[in-house]
Amino acid sequence: MSADSTQRAIRCLIAKVGLDGHDRGAQVIARAFRDAGFEVVYSGLHRAPEEIVQAAVQEDVDVLGISILSGAHNTLVPKIIDGLESYGALDDTLILVGGIIPEEDKSHLKELGVAEVFGPGTPMAETVEFVREHAGSE
Amino acid sequence: MADDTASEGESEGEGEIPAELLATLPENPRDHLSDNDAALLEDLLDGDQRALARVLTKIENRSEGARELLAALHGHAGTTPVLGITGSPGAGKSTLVDKLTDYYREREETVGILAVDPSSPYTGGSVLGDRIRMGSTAGDMGVFIRSMSARGRLGGLSMATTDAVTALDAFGMDRIIIETVGAGQNEVDIVETADTVAVVVQPGSGDDIQLLKAGILEIGDIFVVNKADMDEAAGTAADLEAMVHGAEPMGGAAGHHAVDAADHGDGAVGTDSDGGNTAENAENTEDGWTPPVVQTVATTGDGIDAFTAAIEDHGQYLDRSGRADARNRQRAAATLQRLLQRDLSELSEELIDAHGGIDGLAAAVAARETDPYSLVETLTAPIATAVQSETEPLDGVDGPDDAAD
Repeated sequence: MSADSTQRAIRCLIAKVGLDGHDRGAQVIARAFRDAGFEVVYSGLHRAPEEIVQAAVQEDVDVLGISILSGAHNTLVPKIIDGLESYGALDDTLILVGGIIPEEDKSHLKELGVAEVFGPGTPMAETVEFVREHAGSE
Repeated sequence: MADDTASEGESEGEGEIPAELLATLPENPRDHLSDNDAALLEDLLDGDQRALARVLTKIENRSEGARELLAALHGHAGTTPVLGITGSPGAGKSTLVDKLTDYYREREETVGILAVDPSSPYTGGSVLGDRIRMGSTAGDMGVFIRSMSARGRLGGLSMATTDAVTALDAFGMDRIIIETVGAGQNEVDIVETADTVAVVVQPGSGDDIQLLKAGILEIGDIFVVNKADMDEAAGTAADLEAMVHGAEPMGGAAGHHAVDAADHGDGAVGTDSDGGNTAENAENTEDGWTPPVVQTVATTGDGIDAFTAAIEDHGQYLDRSGRADARNRQRAAATLQRLLQRDLSELSEELIDAHGGIDGLAAAVAARETDPYSLVETLTAPIATAVQSETEPLDGVDGPDDAAD
Protein backbone atom coordinates (compact mmCIF):
# COMPACT_ATOMS: atom_id res chain seq x y z
CA MET A 1 0.00 0.00 0.00
CA SER A 2 1.55 3.19 -1.09
CA ALA A 3 0.96 5.24 1.97
CA ASP A 4 1.52 8.81 1.04
CA SER A 5 0.70 8.54 -2.61
CA THR A 6 -2.21 10.44 -4.00
CA GLN A 7 -5.61 8.88 -3.49
CA ARG A 8 -7.81 10.67 -5.90
CA ALA A 9 -11.50 9.96 -5.85
CA ILE A 10 -13.99 11.75 -8.07
CA ARG A 11 -16.37 13.60 -5.77
CA CYS A 12 -19.92 14.23 -6.88
CA LEU A 13 -22.91 16.02 -5.46
CA ILE A 14 -26.22 14.66 -6.63
CA ALA A 15 -28.75 17.36 -5.96
CA LYS A 16 -32.50 17.60 -5.95
CA VAL A 17 -33.58 21.18 -6.13
CA GLY A 18 -36.93 22.88 -5.83
CA LEU A 19 -40.39 21.53 -5.36
CA ASP A 20 -39.88 18.16 -6.91
CA GLY A 21 -40.40 15.11 -4.81
CA HIS A 22 -39.22 12.44 -7.18
CA ASP A 23 -35.75 11.25 -6.39
CA ARG A 24 -35.75 7.68 -7.61
CA GLY A 25 -33.69 8.74 -10.61
CA ALA A 26 -31.27 10.71 -8.47
CA GLN A 27 -30.86 7.74 -6.16
CA VAL A 28 -30.23 5.37 -9.05
CA ILE A 29 -27.57 7.73 -10.37
CA ALA A 30 -26.05 8.09 -6.90
CA ARG A 31 -25.80 4.35 -6.65
CA ALA A 32 -24.33 3.93 -10.13
CA PHE A 33 -21.74 6.56 -9.34
CA ARG A 34 -20.90 4.86 -6.09
CA ASP A 35 -20.46 1.56 -7.90
CA ALA A 36 -18.19 3.32 -10.35
CA GLY A 37 -15.95 4.20 -7.41
CA PHE A 38 -16.98 7.82 -7.04
CA GLU A 39 -17.68 9.54 -3.75
CA VAL A 40 -21.24 10.70 -3.92
CA VAL A 41 -22.80 13.26 -1.65
CA TYR A 42 -26.56 13.14 -1.90
CA SER A 43 -28.42 16.33 -1.05
CA GLY A 44 -31.83 14.95 -0.22
CA LEU A 45 -35.09 16.40 -1.49
CA HIS A 46 -36.43 19.94 -1.81
CA ARG A 47 -33.20 21.88 -1.64
CA ALA A 48 -32.98 25.55 -2.37
CA PRO A 49 -30.39 26.68 -4.91
CA GLU A 50 -28.35 28.35 -2.13
CA GLU A 51 -28.19 25.08 -0.25
CA ILE A 52 -26.91 23.29 -3.33
CA VAL A 53 -24.28 25.99 -3.81
CA GLN A 54 -23.22 25.75 -0.18
CA ALA A 55 -22.93 21.99 -0.41
CA ALA A 56 -21.04 22.06 -3.70
CA VAL A 57 -18.55 24.62 -2.38
CA GLN A 58 -18.02 22.99 1.01
CA GLU A 59 -17.78 19.49 -0.38
CA ASP A 60 -15.47 20.74 -3.14
CA VAL A 61 -17.06 18.40 -5.63
CA ASP A 62 -15.74 17.72 -9.10
CA VAL A 63 -19.20 17.00 -10.40
CA LEU A 64 -22.56 18.54 -9.62
CA GLY A 65 -25.47 16.51 -10.93
CA ILE A 66 -28.76 18.37 -10.70
CA SER A 67 -31.92 16.35 -11.08
CA ILE A 68 -35.01 18.29 -12.02
CA LEU A 69 -38.30 16.79 -13.05
CA SER A 70 -40.49 19.75 -12.22
CA GLY A 71 -39.84 21.87 -15.28
CA ALA A 72 -38.31 24.67 -13.24
CA HIS A 73 -34.82 24.16 -14.64
CA ASN A 74 -34.72 27.52 -16.39
CA THR A 75 -35.20 29.24 -13.03
CA LEU A 76 -33.22 27.00 -10.72
CA VAL A 77 -30.15 26.10 -12.74
CA PRO A 78 -29.10 29.73 -13.39
CA LYS A 79 -29.40 30.47 -9.66
CA ILE A 80 -27.08 27.61 -8.85
CA ILE A 81 -24.63 28.61 -11.54
CA ASP A 82 -24.57 32.22 -10.34
CA GLY A 83 -23.99 31.03 -6.79
CA LEU A 84 -21.09 28.83 -7.82
CA GLU A 85 -19.63 31.69 -9.77
CA SER A 86 -19.77 33.99 -6.76
CA TYR A 87 -17.63 31.50 -4.83
CA GLY A 88 -15.26 31.06 -7.74
CA ALA A 89 -16.26 27.45 -7.95
CA LEU A 90 -17.92 27.40 -11.34
CA ASP A 91 -14.88 26.77 -13.50
CA ASP A 92 -13.77 23.57 -11.92
CA THR A 93 -17.17 22.04 -11.33
CA LEU A 94 -18.59 19.80 -14.01
CA ILE A 95 -22.30 20.52 -14.05
CA LEU A 96 -24.72 17.90 -15.30
CA VAL A 97 -28.46 18.17 -15.48
CA GLY A 98 -30.72 15.15 -15.49
CA GLY A 99 -34.46 14.82 -15.71
CA ILE A 100 -37.16 16.07 -18.00
CA ILE A 101 -35.60 18.86 -20.02
CA PRO A 102 -37.26 19.87 -23.30
CA GLU A 103 -34.96 19.77 -26.29
CA GLU A 104 -35.25 23.53 -26.88
CA ASP A 105 -33.99 24.30 -23.36
CA LYS A 106 -30.88 22.20 -23.58
CA SER A 107 -28.76 24.58 -25.60
CA HIS A 108 -29.69 27.43 -23.28
CA LEU A 109 -28.57 25.44 -20.24
CA LYS A 110 -25.34 24.53 -21.97
CA GLU A 111 -24.67 28.15 -22.75
CA LEU A 112 -24.99 28.91 -19.07
CA GLY A 113 -22.28 26.40 -18.25
CA VAL A 114 -23.99 23.04 -17.99
CA ALA A 115 -21.67 20.43 -19.49
CA GLU A 116 -24.32 17.94 -20.50
CA VAL A 117 -27.99 17.20 -20.14
CA PHE A 118 -29.06 13.61 -19.67
CA GLY A 119 -32.67 12.73 -20.31
CA PRO A 120 -34.70 9.66 -19.46
CA GLY A 121 -33.34 6.44 -20.86
CA THR A 122 -29.72 7.51 -20.94
CA PRO A 123 -27.67 4.38 -20.29
CA MET A 124 -25.97 4.60 -16.92
CA ALA A 125 -22.64 3.61 -18.41
CA GLU A 126 -22.79 6.61 -20.73
CA THR A 127 -23.19 9.03 -17.83
CA VAL A 128 -20.43 7.37 -15.82
CA GLU A 129 -18.12 7.43 -18.83
CA PHE A 130 -18.86 11.09 -19.42
CA VAL A 131 -17.92 11.91 -15.84
CA ARG A 132 -14.73 9.87 -16.00
CA GLU A 133 -13.69 11.62 -19.17
CA HIS A 134 -14.47 15.14 -18.11
CA ALA A 135 -13.93 15.17 -14.37
CA GLY A 136 -11.06 12.74 -14.12
CA SER A 137 -8.71 14.88 -16.15
CA GLU A 138 -8.71 17.95 -13.96
CA MET B 1 7.03 6.35 25.58
CA ALA B 2 6.70 9.88 26.78
CA ASP B 3 3.02 9.35 27.54
CA ASP B 4 3.46 8.67 31.20
CA THR B 5 5.36 11.80 31.95
CA ALA B 6 2.96 13.76 29.80
CA SER B 7 -0.08 12.96 31.87
CA GLU B 8 1.55 14.31 34.98
CA GLY B 9 1.15 17.81 33.71
CA GLU B 10 3.24 20.50 32.15
CA SER B 11 5.62 21.16 35.00
CA GLU B 12 8.80 19.54 33.76
CA GLY B 13 10.34 20.72 30.52
CA GLU B 14 7.35 20.25 28.27
CA GLY B 15 8.02 19.19 24.71
CA GLU B 16 11.72 19.68 24.82
CA ILE B 17 13.27 18.52 21.59
CA PRO B 18 16.98 17.72 21.45
CA ALA B 19 18.94 20.56 19.90
CA GLU B 20 20.24 18.38 17.07
CA LEU B 21 16.74 17.55 15.89
CA LEU B 22 15.52 21.09 16.39
CA ALA B 23 18.26 22.39 14.13
CA THR B 24 16.88 20.32 11.26
CA LEU B 25 13.31 21.62 11.58
CA PRO B 26 12.16 24.43 9.31
CA GLU B 27 11.90 27.77 11.05
CA ASN B 28 8.81 28.75 9.15
CA PRO B 29 6.79 25.94 7.63
CA ARG B 30 5.29 28.40 5.20
CA ASP B 31 8.57 28.71 3.38
CA HIS B 32 7.99 25.24 2.03
CA LEU B 33 4.69 26.01 0.35
CA SER B 34 4.27 26.51 -3.35
CA ASP B 35 2.92 29.93 -4.34
CA ASN B 36 -0.52 28.49 -4.94
CA ASP B 37 -0.60 26.72 -1.64
CA ALA B 38 0.67 29.78 0.18
CA ALA B 39 -2.22 31.76 -1.29
CA LEU B 40 -4.60 28.97 -0.38
CA LEU B 41 -3.32 29.02 3.18
CA GLU B 42 -3.78 32.78 3.43
CA ASP B 43 -7.33 32.52 2.11
CA LEU B 44 -8.15 29.74 4.53
CA LEU B 45 -6.85 31.70 7.48
CA ASP B 46 -8.85 34.66 6.21
CA GLY B 47 -12.01 32.61 6.50
CA ASP B 48 -12.57 31.76 2.84
CA GLN B 49 -14.74 28.64 2.75
CA ARG B 50 -13.73 27.68 -0.75
CA ALA B 51 -10.08 27.68 0.31
CA LEU B 52 -10.95 25.51 3.29
CA ALA B 53 -12.83 23.14 1.01
CA ARG B 54 -9.90 22.85 -1.34
CA VAL B 55 -7.43 22.28 1.45
CA LEU B 56 -9.68 19.50 2.74
CA THR B 57 -9.67 17.93 -0.70
CA LYS B 58 -5.90 18.07 -0.81
CA ILE B 59 -5.77 16.45 2.58
CA GLU B 60 -8.17 13.71 1.54
CA ASN B 61 -6.39 13.01 -1.70
CA ARG B 62 -3.00 13.38 -0.09
CA SER B 63 -2.13 15.60 -2.98
CA GLU B 64 1.26 17.11 -3.42
CA GLY B 65 1.73 19.90 -0.96
CA ALA B 66 -0.89 18.64 1.50
CA ARG B 67 1.75 17.76 4.02
CA GLU B 68 3.42 21.15 3.82
CA LEU B 69 0.03 22.82 4.17
CA LEU B 70 -0.70 20.82 7.29
CA ALA B 71 2.69 21.70 8.67
CA ALA B 72 1.83 25.37 8.23
CA LEU B 73 -1.68 24.92 9.66
CA HIS B 74 -0.47 23.09 12.72
CA GLY B 75 0.55 26.23 14.55
CA HIS B 76 -2.88 27.79 13.99
CA ALA B 77 -4.82 24.87 15.39
CA GLY B 78 -5.31 23.28 18.76
CA THR B 79 -7.90 25.52 20.34
CA THR B 80 -11.28 24.28 19.17
CA PRO B 81 -13.17 21.69 21.20
CA VAL B 82 -13.81 18.58 19.14
CA LEU B 83 -16.90 16.48 19.74
CA GLY B 84 -17.09 13.00 18.31
CA ILE B 85 -20.46 11.40 17.74
CA THR B 86 -20.70 7.73 17.00
CA GLY B 87 -23.32 5.04 17.12
CA SER B 88 -24.95 2.43 14.98
CA PRO B 89 -26.50 3.33 11.61
CA GLY B 90 -29.94 4.81 12.01
CA ALA B 91 -29.47 5.76 15.65
CA GLY B 92 -30.00 9.40 14.72
CA LYS B 93 -26.48 10.76 14.73
CA SER B 94 -26.94 13.12 11.80
CA THR B 95 -30.20 14.47 13.12
CA LEU B 96 -28.61 15.04 16.52
CA VAL B 97 -25.70 16.84 14.89
CA ASP B 98 -28.20 18.99 13.05
CA LYS B 99 -29.94 19.98 16.27
CA LEU B 100 -26.66 20.54 18.08
CA THR B 101 -25.52 22.78 15.27
CA ASP B 102 -28.75 24.70 15.54
CA TYR B 103 -28.14 25.17 19.22
CA TYR B 104 -24.62 26.49 18.71
CA ARG B 105 -25.66 28.71 15.82
CA GLU B 106 -28.28 30.35 18.01
CA ARG B 107 -25.37 31.29 20.23
CA GLU B 108 -23.54 32.62 17.19
CA GLU B 109 -20.83 30.00 17.31
CA THR B 110 -19.48 28.69 14.05
CA VAL B 111 -19.56 24.95 13.57
CA GLY B 112 -17.43 22.68 11.42
CA ILE B 113 -18.79 19.22 10.82
CA LEU B 114 -17.00 16.21 9.43
CA ALA B 115 -19.43 13.47 8.50
CA VAL B 116 -17.60 10.23 7.87
CA ASP B 117 -19.40 7.48 6.00
CA PRO B 118 -18.12 4.09 4.94
CA SER B 119 -16.84 3.40 1.47
CA SER B 120 -17.29 0.23 -0.49
CA PRO B 121 -14.40 -2.16 -0.03
CA TYR B 122 -14.91 -3.29 -3.63
CA THR B 123 -15.11 -0.13 -5.67
CA GLY B 124 -13.98 2.45 -3.14
CA GLY B 125 -17.15 4.35 -3.98
CA SER B 126 -19.51 5.70 -1.40
CA VAL B 127 -22.78 7.48 -0.92
CA LEU B 128 -22.44 10.18 1.70
CA GLY B 129 -25.89 10.91 2.95
CA ASP B 130 -25.45 12.72 6.22
CA ARG B 131 -26.06 16.11 4.68
CA ILE B 132 -29.65 15.12 4.05
CA ARG B 133 -30.44 15.25 7.75
CA MET B 134 -28.50 18.40 8.37
CA GLY B 135 -30.96 20.62 6.63
CA SER B 136 -31.91 23.10 9.29
CA THR B 137 -28.72 25.10 8.94
CA ALA B 138 -28.48 24.80 5.18
CA GLY B 139 -27.58 28.00 3.43
CA ASP B 140 -25.94 29.26 6.62
CA MET B 141 -22.28 29.74 5.87
CA GLY B 142 -21.51 29.77 9.59
CA VAL B 143 -21.79 26.04 9.30
CA PHE B 144 -19.29 24.08 7.29
CA ILE B 145 -20.26 20.50 6.59
CA ARG B 146 -17.87 18.17 4.90
CA SER B 147 -18.71 14.58 4.04
CA MET B 148 -15.82 12.18 4.01
CA SER B 149 -15.64 8.56 3.06
CA ALA B 150 -13.70 6.28 5.30
CA ARG B 151 -11.77 5.10 2.25
CA GLY B 152 -11.45 1.60 3.46
CA ARG B 153 -9.85 2.32 6.75
CA LEU B 154 -10.97 0.31 9.71
CA GLY B 155 -11.93 2.42 12.64
CA GLY B 156 -14.63 4.32 10.81
CA LEU B 157 -12.56 7.44 10.76
CA SER B 158 -10.58 8.00 7.66
CA MET B 159 -6.91 8.65 8.12
CA ALA B 160 -7.48 12.13 6.84
CA THR B 161 -9.98 13.06 9.54
CA THR B 162 -7.44 14.15 12.09
CA ASP B 163 -5.82 16.34 9.49
CA ALA B 164 -9.19 17.72 8.43
CA VAL B 165 -9.85 18.66 12.05
CA THR B 166 -6.60 20.60 12.02
CA ALA B 167 -7.78 22.55 8.98
CA LEU B 168 -11.21 23.35 10.48
CA ASP B 169 -9.54 24.36 13.71
CA ALA B 170 -7.08 26.66 11.97
CA PHE B 171 -9.95 28.11 9.94
CA GLY B 172 -11.31 29.35 13.24
CA MET B 173 -14.40 27.26 13.87
CA ASP B 174 -15.77 27.62 17.39
CA ARG B 175 -16.94 24.02 17.44
CA ILE B 176 -15.95 20.93 15.54
CA ILE B 177 -18.16 17.88 15.38
CA ILE B 178 -17.07 14.58 13.87
CA GLU B 179 -19.82 12.18 13.07
CA THR B 180 -18.75 8.68 12.25
CA VAL B 181 -20.71 5.61 11.40
CA GLY B 182 -20.33 3.10 14.13
CA ALA B 183 -20.40 -0.47 13.03
CA GLY B 184 -20.05 -1.59 16.61
CA GLN B 185 -16.41 -2.01 17.37
CA ASN B 186 -14.51 -0.04 14.80
CA GLU B 187 -15.09 3.46 16.02
CA VAL B 188 -12.32 3.35 18.56
CA ASP B 189 -10.08 5.82 16.82
CA ILE B 190 -12.65 8.57 17.19
CA VAL B 191 -11.24 8.60 20.70
CA GLU B 192 -7.89 9.59 19.24
CA THR B 193 -9.34 12.59 17.49
CA ALA B 194 -12.14 13.94 19.65
CA ASP B 195 -11.98 15.63 23.05
CA THR B 196 -15.42 14.39 23.97
CA VAL B 197 -16.99 11.26 22.55
CA ALA B 198 -20.75 10.86 22.57
CA VAL B 199 -22.11 7.42 21.83
CA VAL B 200 -25.63 7.43 20.45
CA VAL B 201 -27.68 4.40 21.32
CA GLN B 202 -30.99 3.46 19.87
CA PRO B 203 -33.69 2.18 22.21
CA GLY B 204 -34.26 -1.50 21.96
CA SER B 205 -30.93 -2.04 20.27
CA GLY B 206 -30.33 -5.15 22.30
CA ASP B 207 -30.12 -6.08 25.92
CA ASP B 208 -27.44 -5.15 28.38
CA ILE B 209 -25.20 -7.90 27.10
CA GLN B 210 -25.16 -6.28 23.67
CA LEU B 211 -24.02 -3.07 25.24
CA LEU B 212 -21.27 -4.90 27.06
CA LYS B 213 -20.30 -6.80 23.97
CA ALA B 214 -20.14 -3.86 21.68
CA GLY B 215 -17.27 -2.35 23.57
CA ILE B 216 -18.85 1.07 23.37
CA LEU B 217 -18.88 1.59 27.09
CA GLU B 218 -15.16 2.26 27.16
CA ILE B 219 -15.15 4.97 24.52
CA GLY B 220 -18.18 7.02 25.51
CA ASP B 221 -17.77 10.17 27.58
CA ILE B 222 -21.47 10.77 27.18
CA PHE B 223 -24.19 8.31 26.24
CA VAL B 224 -27.18 9.51 24.34
CA VAL B 225 -30.30 7.40 24.16
CA ASN B 226 -31.91 8.94 21.13
CA LYS B 227 -35.51 8.37 20.04
CA ALA B 228 -36.38 8.61 23.72
CA ASP B 229 -40.06 8.75 22.82
CA MET B 230 -39.92 5.07 22.00
CA ASP B 231 -41.22 2.62 24.54
CA GLU B 232 -37.91 0.88 25.11
CA ALA B 233 -35.99 4.10 25.71
CA ALA B 234 -36.20 4.21 29.48
CA GLY B 235 -35.15 0.60 29.73
CA THR B 236 -32.16 1.16 27.48
CA ALA B 237 -31.21 4.25 29.46
CA ALA B 238 -31.52 2.32 32.70
CA ASP B 239 -29.38 -0.50 31.34
CA LEU B 240 -26.75 1.99 30.27
CA GLU B 241 -26.82 3.83 33.58
CA ALA B 242 -26.36 0.57 35.39
CA MET B 243 -23.44 -0.41 33.21
CA VAL B 244 -21.75 2.95 33.39
CA HIS B 245 -22.04 3.05 37.14
CA GLY B 246 -20.84 -0.48 37.44
CA ALA B 247 -23.97 -1.44 39.33
CA GLU B 248 -25.90 -4.59 38.75
CA PRO B 249 -27.84 -4.20 35.56
CA MET B 250 -31.53 -4.11 36.27
CA GLY B 251 -32.33 -7.23 34.40
CA GLY B 252 -35.26 -8.16 32.32
CA ALA B 253 -38.65 -6.84 31.49
CA ALA B 254 -39.58 -5.80 35.00
CA GLY B 255 -36.94 -3.08 35.03
CA HIS B 256 -38.01 -1.85 31.63
CA HIS B 257 -41.59 -1.24 32.49
CA ALA B 258 -40.96 0.24 35.88
CA VAL B 259 -38.65 2.97 34.62
CA ASP B 260 -40.66 3.43 31.52
CA ALA B 261 -43.77 4.41 33.43
CA ALA B 262 -41.88 6.73 35.74
CA ASP B 263 -40.21 8.60 32.94
CA HIS B 264 -43.20 9.27 30.81
CA GLY B 265 -45.12 11.27 33.33
CA ASP B 266 -43.55 14.69 33.02
CA GLY B 267 -43.06 14.68 29.31
CA ALA B 268 -39.74 16.44 29.57
CA VAL B 269 -37.37 13.96 28.08
CA GLY B 270 -33.83 14.22 29.30
CA THR B 271 -34.35 16.26 32.42
CA ASP B 272 -34.66 13.20 34.56
CA SER B 273 -31.31 11.68 33.74
CA ASP B 274 -29.69 15.08 33.53
CA GLY B 275 -30.52 15.94 37.08
CA GLY B 276 -29.05 12.68 38.20
CA ASN B 277 -25.90 13.29 36.25
CA THR B 278 -25.10 16.66 37.64
CA ALA B 279 -25.14 15.19 41.09
CA GLU B 280 -22.96 12.38 39.88
CA ASN B 281 -20.44 14.68 38.32
CA ALA B 282 -20.26 16.69 41.48
CA GLU B 283 -19.11 13.69 43.44
CA ASN B 284 -16.51 12.93 40.81
CA THR B 285 -14.87 16.30 40.61
CA GLU B 286 -11.38 15.09 41.50
CA ASP B 287 -10.22 13.09 38.55
CA GLY B 288 -13.08 10.80 37.75
CA TRP B 289 -15.77 11.11 35.16
CA THR B 290 -18.88 9.02 35.14
CA PRO B 291 -20.38 9.24 31.69
CA PRO B 292 -23.88 10.68 31.92
CA VAL B 293 -26.74 9.04 30.08
CA VAL B 294 -28.85 11.61 28.30
CA GLN B 295 -32.16 10.97 26.59
CA THR B 296 -33.00 12.89 23.45
CA VAL B 297 -35.55 13.00 20.70
CA ALA B 298 -33.43 14.45 17.94
CA THR B 299 -36.30 15.01 15.55
CA THR B 300 -38.07 17.36 17.96
CA GLY B 301 -35.02 18.69 19.75
CA ASP B 302 -36.09 17.34 23.13
CA GLY B 303 -33.17 16.76 25.45
CA ILE B 304 -30.69 18.74 23.36
CA ASP B 305 -30.18 21.17 26.23
CA ALA B 306 -29.28 18.31 28.53
CA PHE B 307 -26.93 16.95 25.89
CA THR B 308 -25.13 20.25 25.38
CA ALA B 309 -24.91 20.69 29.16
CA ALA B 310 -23.25 17.29 29.40
CA ILE B 311 -20.81 18.29 26.65
CA GLU B 312 -19.92 21.47 28.53
CA ASP B 313 -19.52 19.52 31.76
CA HIS B 314 -17.15 17.14 30.11
CA GLY B 315 -15.12 19.96 28.60
CA GLN B 316 -14.78 21.54 32.03
CA TYR B 317 -13.84 18.21 33.52
CA LEU B 318 -11.09 17.82 30.92
CA ASP B 319 -9.62 21.19 31.77
CA ARG B 320 -10.02 20.82 35.50
CA SER B 321 -8.46 17.38 35.71
CA GLY B 322 -5.60 18.04 33.32
CA ARG B 323 -6.98 15.36 31.03
CA ALA B 324 -7.17 17.87 28.22
CA ASP B 325 -3.40 18.19 28.15
CA ALA B 326 -2.98 14.46 28.41
CA ARG B 327 -5.33 13.92 25.51
CA ASN B 328 -3.53 16.49 23.44
CA ARG B 329 -0.30 14.70 23.97
CA GLN B 330 -1.79 11.32 23.25
CA ARG B 331 -3.16 12.71 20.06
CA ALA B 332 0.19 14.16 19.12
CA ALA B 333 1.86 10.84 19.87
CA ALA B 334 -0.66 9.00 17.70
CA THR B 335 -0.12 11.44 14.85
CA LEU B 336 3.63 11.12 15.10
CA GLN B 337 3.45 7.37 15.05
CA ARG B 338 1.06 7.31 12.15
CA LEU B 339 3.20 9.64 10.09
CA LEU B 340 6.31 7.68 10.89
CA GLN B 341 4.66 4.44 9.85
CA ARG B 342 3.38 6.01 6.69
CA ASP B 343 6.79 7.34 5.74
CA LEU B 344 8.63 4.21 6.67
CA SER B 345 6.27 2.05 4.67
CA GLU B 346 6.80 4.33 1.71
CA LEU B 347 10.54 4.09 2.09
CA SER B 348 10.28 0.33 2.19
CA GLU B 349 8.29 0.36 -1.00
CA GLU B 350 10.98 2.36 -2.72
CA LEU B 351 13.42 -0.15 -1.41
CA ILE B 352 11.48 -3.02 -2.89
CA ASP B 353 11.17 -1.25 -6.21
CA ALA B 354 14.89 -0.64 -6.25
CA HIS B 355 15.41 -4.36 -5.90
CA GLY B 356 13.26 -5.34 -8.84
CA GLY B 357 9.77 -4.93 -7.42
CA ILE B 358 7.60 -7.06 -5.19
CA ASP B 359 6.69 -9.54 -7.94
CA GLY B 360 10.22 -10.67 -8.63
CA LEU B 361 11.06 -10.95 -4.97
CA ALA B 362 7.83 -12.78 -4.24
CA ALA B 363 8.50 -15.25 -7.05
CA ALA B 364 11.92 -15.99 -5.61
CA VAL B 365 10.43 -16.54 -2.18
CA ALA B 366 7.58 -18.68 -3.51
CA ALA B 367 10.04 -20.82 -5.48
CA ARG B 368 11.98 -21.27 -2.25
CA GLU B 369 15.08 -19.77 -3.79
CA THR B 370 15.32 -17.62 -0.72
CA ASP B 371 13.35 -17.12 2.45
CA PRO B 372 11.40 -13.93 3.28
CA TYR B 373 13.16 -13.39 6.59
CA SER B 374 16.69 -13.23 5.27
CA LEU B 375 15.51 -11.25 2.27
CA VAL B 376 13.90 -8.55 4.38
CA GLU B 377 16.88 -8.42 6.66
CA THR B 378 19.16 -7.84 3.70
CA LEU B 379 16.79 -5.28 2.22
CA THR B 380 16.53 -3.27 5.40
CA ALA B 381 20.18 -3.54 6.37
CA PRO B 382 21.01 -0.05 5.04
CA ILE B 383 18.12 1.41 7.06
CA ALA B 384 19.27 -0.41 10.16
CA THR B 385 22.78 0.94 9.68
CA ALA B 386 21.50 4.46 9.18
CA VAL B 387 19.33 4.21 12.26
CA GLN B 388 22.24 2.94 14.29
CA SER B 389 24.46 5.82 13.33
CA GLU B 390 21.65 8.27 14.02
CA THR B 391 20.42 6.92 17.34
CA GLU B 392 23.36 8.20 19.26
CA PRO B 393 22.97 11.93 18.71
CA LEU B 394 19.18 11.68 18.65
CA ASP B 395 18.85 9.38 21.60
CA GLY B 396 16.60 11.79 23.42
CA VAL B 397 13.60 11.88 21.12
CA ASP B 398 11.72 9.47 23.33
CA GLY B 399 13.09 10.48 26.67
CA PRO B 400 14.24 14.09 26.77
CA ASP B 401 16.05 13.63 30.06
CA ASP B 402 18.92 11.49 28.86
CA ALA B 403 19.58 13.33 25.65
CA ALA B 404 23.11 14.21 26.66
CA ASP B 405 25.05 11.63 24.68
